[in-house]
Amino acid sequence: MSATQPVLEARGLVKRFGQVAALDGADLVLHAGEILAVIGDNGAGKSTLIRCLSGATQPDAGQIDVDGRPIRFDSPRDARAAGIECCYQDLALSPALNVAENFFLGRELRRGGVAGALLRRLDQPLMVERAAANLTALQVSLPSLAVRVEALSGGQRQCVAVARAAAFARHVVILDEPTAALGVRESGMVLDLVRRIRDRGLGVILISHNMPQVFALADRVHVARLGRRIALLDPRECSMSDAVAMMTGATAA
Amino acid sequence: MLGRALKLRERLGSLGPVAALGAACVAFGVLSPQFLTLDNLALVLQQVMVLGLIVAGQTLVVLTAGIDLSCGLVMALASMVMGVVAFEAGLPWSVALLAGIAVAVGFGSLNGLLVARMRLPPFIVTLGTWNIAFALTQLVSGSRTISDLPRPLTLAGETFTLGGAHVAWGVPLMLAAFAIAHYVLRQTAAGRHVHAVGDNAEAARLAGISTRRVLLFAYAAAGALYGVAAWLSLGRTGVAEPNAGQTENLDAITAVVLGGTSLFGGRGSMLGALAGTLIVGVLRNGLTLIGVSSLYQVLCTGVLVILAVALDPQARRLAR
Repeated sequence: MSATQPVLEARGLVKRFGQVAALDGADLVLHAGEILAVIGDNGAGKSTLIRCLSGATQPDAGQIDVDGRPIRFDSPRDARAAGIECCYQDLALSPALNVAENFFLGRELRRGGVAGALLRRLDQPLMVERAAANLTALQVSLPSLAVRVEALSGGQRQCVAVARAAAFARHVVILDEPTAALGVRESGMVLDLVRRIRDRGLGVILISHNMPQVFALADRVHVARLGRRIALLDPRECSMSDAVAMMTGATAA
Repeated sequence: MLGRALKLRERLGSLGPVAALGAACVAFGVLSPQFLTLDNLALVLQQVMVLGLIVAGQTLVVLTAGIDLSCGLVMALASMVMGVVAFEAGLPWSVALLAGIAVAVGFGSLNGLLVARMRLPPFIVTLGTWNIAFALTQLVSGSRTISDLPRPLTLAGETFTLGGAHVAWGVPLMLAAFAIAHYVLRQTAAGRHVHAVGDNAEAARLAGISTRRVLLFAYAAAGALYGVAAWLSLGRTGVAEPNAGQTENLDAITAVVLGGTSLFGGRGSMLGALAGTLIVGVLRNGLTLIGVSSLYQVLCTGVLVILAVALDPQARRLAR
């Protein structure tokens, strides 16, 4: 493991739902400029881990450090303020709103002067311009930013959601199954985008069930099982079947 | 047949309600020579000014994927409070007006709190507050009509002349309310959040929007609009009537749906809502002019509301 300061580190996270411990002392380390894949069977605690790191759920115990400083997230807003953006599976966008509105959803830009301060008027041209600039920088091409998101293809939608996360993240982008609902070509589009995000120097956490994808993309692989991290693998030094065996408990880590 | 109508509906978007309104006007213009006179059109506006404000409020709620069944009855209660405070308590008209609006905002906020905080279904919550508002109206009035109202309370019903037509003062007020509501929905973050919460509440929450605040805002603002509607209602009828608001209740939902706002939330506009309001008003007025009895008019609105929901593209998408 590298000696540099991790951009995100979680230690001993515990989260119980009644008698069930979804997280039972989970650890996670993420460095800037790397893609960390998180794999695990259903019920391994991947989702809960991600939700804790993105502020959507609050852990019962454990510590989260961002850039070496301990931090506590009471809501997704707090995590966003700390520079962590999450792109949730299926829930990322509002289909009835257009691309620019979705891009700035929850952090809209207002006009200057009286119109903005008193009349709370949004600066829609500026939001369209900034959204376009961000999408262009990430090489996401769309017919128009004024179309409702529901008019886009699945791949385009996912690209908008991922690009939004990347555009606002200062430290970490968390992607929950970004290609689960996509075809081969569209998945490729999203995965290229994920690489570009890493190359910008952000830390990327990628949750995926797709092993070939994980092994093609990830710099390190975090294997979750029964609410803990049971292994941290280098995809160049182990095989997919090894990883699957660990994740299902067929072999001990 | 339905398929073709749906395609047309989707292509027309928010122009659909406006087109339907135009078609209804042309049809009644042909059927009755009186219909397209300026004075009659001014009368249509006067007849829908109360309904219009209720529809504006109802649209806010429906955009959040909710529904407010209490709308007309809260309006009735607010107008009765205005009447009782002014007439029986003998307080100044301004106090009466504010008391009525405050009661309406209170009911709206109560609906909003129950929906947002307790996560109760809007249908049931507002069914409850409908009954509460109705009973309170009867209780505070002793089921009596109050007719001796101070003039400022009935001012909205007085008319001014515009191009030879007599237009009630409440009409520009209603149009202003729609314009403001349109601005808020389109041009402010609060308005976009109303759409976002109705469209996909979980996505909105994860985007850092407080869905509770948005819901509370929508229901409370709706209450405020019902409160202003109550004042217009005093102007329109000249009295505080314990059985007011009953027809407005269903008419409001009909107008919202005819206006192209999806009952599944997120999609719709105030422009459409205004068109929907006018469609209801034109139908009532036009059918009366050609001599259709009021029961058939109710029947007709019933058929229309079902038809409008059937043409909601969102409904078809979900049913698939």
